[in-house]
Amino acid sequence: MSTVQHKPFAITLKVGSSLANKTGSWRTFRPVYLDRMPPCNHQCPAGENIQAWLFHAEEGNYEQAWRQIMADNPFPAIMGRVCYHTCESACNRGQVDQAVGINAVERFLGDQALKYGWAIEPGKPTGKKVLVVGAGPAGLSAAYHLARLGHAVTVHEASPKAGGMIRYGIPKYRMPREKLNAEIQRIQAMGVEIRLNTPVTDLRQTLEAGGFDACFLAVGLQQGQQVNIPQTGGLPVLDAISVLRAVELEEPVALHGHVVVNGGGNTAIDVARSAIRLGALSVTVVVRRGRDYMPAHPSEIREGLEEGMRLLNLRQITAIQDRTLTLEVMVPVEGGHIIRSGQTETIEADVLVQAFGQTGDFAALDQYPGLVIADGAVQVGPDLMTGAPGVLAGGDMIPWARNATAAIGLGKKAARHLDAWLRGERYQPRPKAEVADIGKLNTWYYSDAPRTVRPLLDVVRRTSGFAEVVGNLDEGNALFEARRCMSCGNCFECDNCYGVCPDNAVIKLGPGKRFRFNYDYCKGCGICAAECPCGAIKMVPEEI
Amino acid sequence: MSYQPVRFYQTGTFTVGNRLLDEDDRSVQALPVRANSLTSGHRACQGCGEALGARYAIDAAVAATDRQVIAANATGCLEVFSTPYPQTSWQIPWIHSLFGNTAAVATGIAAALRIKGRSQVRVVAQGGDGGTTDIGFGCLSGMFERNDDVLYICYDNEAYMNTGVQRSSATPPAARTATTLPVGPEPGNVFGQGKNVPAIAMAHGIPYVATATVADLHDLEYKVKKAIGIRGAKYLHIFVPCPLGWGSASHDTIKLARLVKECGLFPVFEAEHGEVTGVAKIRKPIPVEDYLRPQRRYAHLFGKSPATETIAKIQAQADRNIRKFGLLADQGARP
Repeated sequence: MSTVQHKPFAITLKVGSSLANKTGSWRTFRPVYLDRMPPCNHQCPAGENIQAWLFHAEEGNYEQAWRQIMADNPFPAIMGRVCYHTCESACNRGQVDQAVGINAVERFLGDQALKYGWAIEPGKPTGKKVLVVGAGPAGLSAAYHLARLGHAVTVHEASPKAGGMIRYGIPKYRMPREKLNAEIQRIQAMGVEIRLNTPVTDLRQTLEAGGFDACFLAVGLQQGQQVNIPQTGGLPVLDAISVLRAVELEEPVALHGHVVVNGGGNTAIDVARSAIRLGALSVTVVVRRGRDYMPAHPSEIREGLEEGMRLLNLRQITAIQDRTLTLEVMVPVEGGHIIRSGQTETIEADVLVQAFGQTGDFAALDQYPGLVIADGAVQVGPDLMTGAPGVLAGGDMIPWARNATAAIGLGKKAARHLDAWLRGERYQPRPKAEVADIGKLNTWYYSDAPRTVRPLLDVVRRTSGFAEVVGNLDEGNALFEARRCMSCGNCFECDNCYGVCPDNAVIKLGPGKRFRFNYDYCKGCGICAAECPCGAIKMVPEEI
Repeated sequence: MSYQPVRFYQTGTFTVGNRLLDEDDRSVQALPVRANSLTSGHRACQGCGEALGARYAIDAAVAATDRQVIAANATGCLEVFSTPYPQTSWQIPWIHSLFGNTAAVATGIAAALRIKGRSQVRVVAQGGDGGTTDIGFGCLSGMFERNDDVLYICYDNEAYMNTGVQRSSATPPAARTATTLPVGPEPGNVFGQGKNVPAIAMAHGIPYVATATVADLHDLEYKVKKAIGIRGAKYLHIFVPCPLGWGSASHDTIKLARLVKECGLFPVFEAEHGEVTGVAKIRKPIPVEDYLRPQRRYAHLFGKSPATETIAKIQAQADRNIRKFGLLADQGARP
């Protein structure tokens, strides 16, 4: 009774805050924070964490953004130019207005790094030695990642310069050589030794002589393929790979007069656009199928046409007689197929260049025990290990996706597996999170903002030389472009969950630390999940 | 000039906070040190729009006055769920007297503060639509007419929810209410009629009248801050969805508040001395059906044989608002 006496008049119960009432017991669903896989990351063949580096770029923290790219890809300045950026096709923003210009921002960051000389430190030495055969994108990527893991890496390269098909297959107007050289030099500065003009003729002998513990093969496919066309007379017929290589080495190449290119891929367009720059009278690209079915990237075709390239779709070269090419008209039928029409026409040519893919020369590997070469490629397991222990292979020489971006991804993958193998372990990739598709987002919250388009060199300037065609973003619009990122599936600290909770059951942990739920009071209404712009909250049934 | 949102920097001011904006451009609710005037443990339903609206508004008032706020509260959900004896969720000086006298109680507090020379303390009166548009209406009108120095905030969820979803004079046409039989052919207000309290407040010519929703926090906070700084009678009408009474999903509370503004049914505007001075434009126009469908109180309009005529009448109401207030982006201010 004594306690009652201390209470004011007519008050019988102990008054206090409602905090004593734990409303969390009402809950049947609980919100949880999660990081979903953004579609761009999911798509990237090089395995870049694009959303994460854009997050830093949004704040103008370009060095941190660049370092995030470098965790996966040592070549932002190269990839920001030659990657076909399938990430942008996957970008959820494409369904809101236009995809984020990921490629443009990557290039901007890559160039910033070269401008300011940002560098990456090699890892603590492990005492292990690894041989990399081939200094193309796959080999150099593997060398870089192995160096970061502390292994001593030596790269043997048959050609006089490093870079592989990025140098010998991609013309200067798309890939300026000073950028290419600078990004390769940055890897060398980490202690990676690149031996040029050093073809590996006997793998076993090279491994033993160098005392290597393991090896990554990435010799690529160096020879151009041709199709046989009945020919009379002496018209020069070249293959595209040799032509591009000769252009790079500044060897004389007969790309003058009326140049005809046979093929519809990126290499065909590269040859055509190079011929324009070398002063050809006319350049015609002959493609069997319709324009929509050409494997070449639409932007390459468009830029080529702007520069004066002529495109002859639905034509097949059937005969060469002196300077005259006979073309048969092809007819498109259902399902993207084509059939012959029997109708023919002729065009004049001073040189014909064939661009029909590449093959490899694996003579040096033929006798190595355990290595299996089948269907013109080296066979590997899911860990990129060949039949020979400690010998991994990647890049164009294995029958997987064949492009520079994929090669960089394979180099990283090989480095991780090699690193584990050298320690007597197996590399276990982390399980992939669920993809944050557009349905998981609340796009209301994103500002309407059109995409920044990189300036293109005007046509006259670009056809008269090998200057780079696609210009760069400047700092202002690179920041603008980065801020168009919707951060799909990953919290970007917009404070929405913290603000919209009717029960104050979200605790703000401070900048960079995100948030935490207070399940003592969370009633499980789900407003936080519904109003999270980027889909980083999930409602899961409560175990009752 | 109405609230001017920041339209860039990823989410601009559409989100509660934004790490890319200056701190001054973020909302009070984004602050780690916000007052939480209505704290956790209250007994409002899951996803309660009124609980959210009350915290938004009072936190903004607390922030704008350096914690010098006293609130009088009408009977209603807000009072019942926040202060069931012996507990309270309020972390400010707060008083509940009766259902109908809140405006008068607040007037009294303001008078007492004036006599005591403590005019830095600001007074808020708050209640639901029942306590405002019906039961407390006489006292409210008196407060306006005398220009008492009070900010009256009405949290409008369009019915008496505390008594089991009962019709109020703010219940819109065709909206089902559980415990009130329809008087005419449809439940709710008669089409084209009803009691538009923001308009009535404007008719009193008081210094400031505004409407807001819980879907646009920055606009709401801007209006509270502006109102609390004005001497005299102010009226703020906040649209707060009620999952229980409307038969909507608890996670749709903010979405519905967003849709009601985007379809034009609830014009968001501000007015000074009886004249509209600013409107919040519609960002992505939608038909009223998008707003009505997720609510079971309108379920009878859809189903197998949709009540197209009734839906058309509701759409006409929205169209009228759009015309009257100039709510579309390309429309000028109201003539």
